[in-house]
Amino acid sequence: MISLTVNGKNYTLDVPEDVTLLWVLRDHLHLTGTKFSCGIGECGSCTVLIDGEPERSCMMTAVDADGANITTIEGLPEDHPVKRAWIEEQVVQCGYCQPGTIMQVAGLLAKNKNPNPQEIFDSMDNIICRCGTYQRMKKGVETAINIMQKEGSSS
Amino acid sequence: MKKNMTRRTFLKNSLAASGLTIAAYVTPLGIQLVNAATKTGAMDGFKPSAFYQITPDNLIKVMVPNSEMGQGVKTALPMIIADELEADWDQLEIIQAPAAEEFKNPILHNQLTVASASVRGFYWPLRKAGAAGRAVLIDAAAREWKVPASHCQAIKGTVVNLKSGAGFTYGELSLNAAKLPVPQDPVLKKPSEFRYMGKAMPRVDIPEKVSGKAVFGLDVDLPDLHYAVLSRPPAYGAKHLSFNADAAMAIKGVKKVVPTPRGIAVVAETLDAAEKGRHALDTKWDKGSHPGMDTASIESSFIKDLEKPGANVITRGNVKTAFNAASKIHEATYYIPCISHATMEPQTCTADVRADQCDIYAPTQGQTLGHMVATQISGLPPEKVYLHTTLLGCGLGRRARPDQIVEATIASKVSGKPVKVVYSREEDIKTDYFRSAMAHRIKAGLDDRNQMIVWDHKVASLSLKKHMGAEVKNGIDGYCLWGLWDSPKSPAKANMTYTFPNFSIHLVLSDLPIPVAPFRSVQNAVNAFATESFMDEMAHMAGKDPLNFRLENLTGHMRASRVLESVALNSNWGNPLPDGWGRGIAQHSSFGTNIAQVAEVSVDKKTGIIQVHRVDVAVDCGPVVNPDPLEAQIQGAVVLGVSTALFEEVQFADGGVASGNFDDYRIATMSESPDVNVHIVKSNEDIGGIGEPGIMPLAPAVANAVFNATGGRLRRMPFTPERVLAAIKAASV
Repeated sequence: MISLTVNGKNYTLDVPEDVTLLWVLRDHLHLTGTKFSCGIGECGSCTVLIDGEPERSCMMTAVDADGANITTIEGLPEDHPVKRAWIEEQVVQCGYCQPGTIMQVAGLLAKNKNPNPQEIFDSMDNIICRCGTYQRMKKGVETAINIMQKEGSSS
Repeated sequence: MKKNMTRRTFLKNSLAASGLTIAAYVTPLGIQLVNAATKTGAMDGFKPSAFYQITPDNLIKVMVPNSEMGQGVKTALPMIIADELEADWDQLEIIQAPAAEEFKNPILHNQLTVASASVRGFYWPLRKAGAAGRAVLIDAAAREWKVPASHCQAIKGTVVNLKSGAGFTYGELSLNAAKLPVPQDPVLKKPSEFRYMGKAMPRVDIPEKVSGKAVFGLDVDLPDLHYAVLSRPPAYGAKHLSFNADAAMAIKGVKKVVPTPRGIAVVAETLDAAEKGRHALDTKWDKGSHPGMDTASIESSFIKDLEKPGANVITRGNVKTAFNAASKIHEATYYIPCISHATMEPQTCTADVRADQCDIYAPTQGQTLGHMVATQISGLPPEKVYLHTTLLGCGLGRRARPDQIVEATIASKVSGKPVKVVYSREEDIKTDYFRSAMAHRIKAGLDDRNQMIVWDHKVASLSLKKHMGAEVKNGIDGYCLWGLWDSPKSPAKANMTYTFPNFSIHLVLSDLPIPVAPFRSVQNAVNAFATESFMDEMAHMAGKDPLNFRLENLTGHMRASRVLESVALNSNWGNPLPDGWGRGIAQHSSFGTNIAQVAEVSVDKKTGIIQVHRVDVAVDCGPVVNPDPLEAQIQGAVVLGVSTALFEEVQFADGGVASGNFDDYRIATMSESPDVNVHIVKSNEDIGGIGEPGIMPLAPAVANAVFNATGGRLRRMPFTPERVLAAIKAASV
């Protein structure tokens, strides 16, 4: 038995020890916003926040996350600056990689409220978007920063 | 998941006169408009291609036949109806259409989201259907008020009496309107009257995708859902020698082991159990049909194919005589390897086959074919088979193939459970139907005034048609040739824009066993790489600016010239750049759209690394429905162009696919992707497609820019640092 805290809710689960956090979120907790794509931590579609840090949920077992505070895309408030910016800039195309990307950006901006373009590159260059939305992702990050600054939000 | 409205309930509701339903039929005699309640105007033997329904509760239900994979079709098609109908956007209920005859694309004759054909296929039927509805609603209001129709105006979902100021909502008029005849030639809006078209409309699919609530194929959930994973042959043509079904069945939760055409499926209660069952199968395979085949042998096979005569696709003038008369002759060979679709959502499908009904939940681009295979496998009558299209985690053409639907339907039928087939990333790449590798050899001649007088072109390709189960006649597969030559009735409209007086194309079809299929642009992008690179080579041989040389050869093609001139202006073509930097230009025409690009690159001459800094684009696609997603499509296609030109190549070994995941199949990331400036050229042309054209001129524009920066000519994709260094070295000798 493991206990997980996901989006503020506590769950006690009986799952095999080697099952990844990704599939526990998706198939056992039915939080399907977190996506499976590569399974080897290369693309970022499965990114969630573990105690505030963006982590790839395909690279850890649920046991690894035992006791941690997990936030998925469903747990990020709908009025979160990154979610609003992603709609405002119409960043999304197919949308499959975007929940992971949004979580990665939310994690970045929680720690660094005003990253410069190089810092944005550095923190986002390890994600893959097959639709090629990178140009709009960059705009989305800028817009999210603007929203945060205007509203004094700490994300 | 929210259940899609089925065709039957839609039609039943319509015929129950629960409002006004307008359908547009595309027939050989033109577009016919029908009021579904009265059936006036219906032509026997044809199915309508577009529907919408206005209900008394003032909703407008619009069925979208196409698959949404981020191109914005779920917004664009309703925009066309809403505009001509003069509806309030907020009263639209946009519904993903089921698989049905009614929803076939009029120019593809298939319910299929490919060939940049969605908006251009439905544009005129939807405009006419919308305008007809507006006319009928005005008629209904005029009768109610007993005033001439000219005293009434439709404004944003209400018909207003211009004399009295009174108004009826469309919902209030819908039941009476349903009894009225539909005009066959309704007055369309002038572009200046458009309320939605031509203005950036936020995409309706984005909020749910941002919230994480969007349902893709892998997100489908059903009661008692089971999972299937497949053990796959490691080489083409490999047959299993043995597999241990008992060991798999001994794993807790494993329910069934089921052979399918492309692998052995293990069905289990959980994904974890299915994967453990697959491992326990321990399948042994033979070496397959081509055990020695690898990356290098494939390339040399294609190059050798160029020595074969091939099928003559087209000949104009007299190529031989023209070469005899030419004062300068140049020949070059290009090679482009196989690339993988590698959609972010791996292939998947969920099937629920029961005794009396079959439901398929698929992120598919091909409803007609998917429905057909599910019908065949389930053994049920077609009307008992329902195909529900989920959102697609990228398509790129891969999801027009029905293999995932085949596997899920078999697994569900045999196990008696609803089954979701889940591909690992490795399976997704290794079982892909790739973009075909191609070799091109082009020879051309200039006369003594440096005018192009002859172009002789040979292409070697795998046959796309063969892998799609279609017949290849006389050795000519049109899909291989899009961008070079196209048959007159083809919906791709993909002929070469240059009309050289002496011209010839030959095609050699490779006999290698690699499965291939269309990949965003089909072979347009590959053919554009060869032709637009070679045009650059010829321009330099002629001592002419590459832009001017192209314009000289486009005298009969105003649209192509216009996009070239436009992109040259916006990209500062001809202005000096620092050492190590270069600009390259290229253009292409297909799917009714003309596009030109200028790539601005820098090349590190020590490392051979190319950085594409900026890409300017000029595009003429005729009328523009939704300009913001249009721009996004081109921005994304350019990034895909960079990725495929600089990084992507499927590796083969031991008769099968060696590449497996994103660690050995590299896709461009943010820092490697350029900023893209899209300029939409105002145009009076008919509507063209926009999903694919953005990728086509990119690779040659980059290769030409590298030549401009370094003098090195790149003729082999991808442009790896080693190939760039070799090209620079070859140029300096």
